[in-house]
Amino acid sequence: MKVSVNVNGRQVDRDIEDRTLLVHFLREDLNLTGTHVGCDTSGCGACTVLLNGNAVKSCTLLAAQVDGEKITTIEGLSNGELHPLQEGFKEEHGLQCGFCTPGMIMTSADLLSRNKQPNEQEIREALEGNFCRCTGYHNIVRAVKYAAEKMT
Amino acid sequence: MIPSNLTYKRASSIDDALALLKEYGDDARLLAGGHSLIPALKLRLNEYDYLIDISKIPELKSISEEQGHIVIGAGVTHGEIVNSSLLKDKLSFFPEAADLIGDVQVRNMGTIGGSVVHADPAADWPALLLAAEAVITIKGESGSRDVSAEDFFLGLFQTAVEDGEMLTSIKIPISANTKSKYQKFMQPASRFAIVGCAALLTIENGTCSKARIAYAGVSAKPFRDKKVEAALEGKAFNADQIASAASLAAEGVSIMSDHFASEAYRLQMTKVFTKRTLEAIL
Repeated sequence: MKVSVNVNGRQVDRDIEDRTLLVHFLREDLNLTGTHVGCDTSGCGACTVLLNGNAVKSCTLLAAQVDGEKITTIEGLSNGELHPLQEGFKEEHGLQCGFCTPGMIMTSADLLSRNKQPNEQEIREALEGNFCRCTGYHNIVRAVKYAAEKMT
Repeated sequence: MIPSNLTYKRASSIDDALALLKEYGDDARLLAGGHSLIPALKLRLNEYDYLIDISKIPELKSISEEQGHIVIGAGVTHGEIVNSSLLKDKLSFFPEAADLIGDVQVRNMGTIGGSVVHADPAADWPALLLAAEAVITIKGESGSRDVSAEDFFLGLFQTAVEDGEMLTSIKIPISANTKSKYQKFMQPASRFAIVGCAALLTIENGTCSKARIAYAGVSAKPFRDKKVEAALEGKAFNADQIASAASLAAEGVSIMSDHFASEAYRLQMTKVFTKRTLEAIL
């Protein structure tokens, strides 16, 4: 089937198998490999992208479902310079191996779009669907706080 | 993991979805948020030749108040329920419960209608629909019919929705002087209910005149516990009455047992969470 999706501000038209998952569409058809496949079972959040601004798990959506919609991946979060969230993860040591980081950042971007100054509890609750197997959660929370402060 | 081969169809209206269902019959499945269906397709637990996407149908997307009722469209997401000021005001245990489902990403996609027709025994909504005495509207080729929540849930993954039909909305009566609460003992990773207790009480001058108490996760089929309700109705609503009503919870019910919780532990947690839910109302 033909799909037409706005990915990171660019209109993309592709002919895909109907069963293609969004995460594979992004990684394999568009070479946007910043979005990771982690658990592949809707648990870990490594594949999180924004669908019309809302965080979703791209391993649990068909690319067909987002035909005509707007997708933002980690690659489209900012133009050239680091986004405050990316900068926060760097400054606050919010990543160790880095595998979960794109998903953590995209879910945090959804949070900060709805809540400009989240407290620690709100950040932790918002990131419930994102697992860091290095268990670096404390610094991830600090990184989100850093970004929230920078963005005000 | 990738689903087996399928053809994706997007329905533009309820009638369009019903026409596609009629055309493809058993080979088709409705797709809403897809957060139960797509994992099952990826694991090849289910295979369908056709998926009919109903998530873009505007008629299924609204939450409204009509003549003493709240009407929630089947395609409303858990996240939209969390943020609905109408529901926070009129039916507060709905947004509370929605906020306990999965995580932010799951709530942004999963729909109330999808969860209700899936009828997973550990899903939260069935308990709330029973406690709220919801009426579920199902549409088929020959028109709409209303089914009470009590008659809707038939058993494990089984509901009153027949082949060729779809759930379109959920209607909940609103009355004065009610207080509601939902609390659950959840599986820590999936956040599915091991025990979920939904309570909707009418309290007038310190007396409970009407109680509706229902459970998710406890039995293969969600249920109202009429013995607990009877132990509360017509009596002063206080800590002693709550303790004695909660001790009756889930007696005589066939209780599930799995690697998360044995039958005896689940029964005990049902009583504990009944007490906590009612105390939260007190």
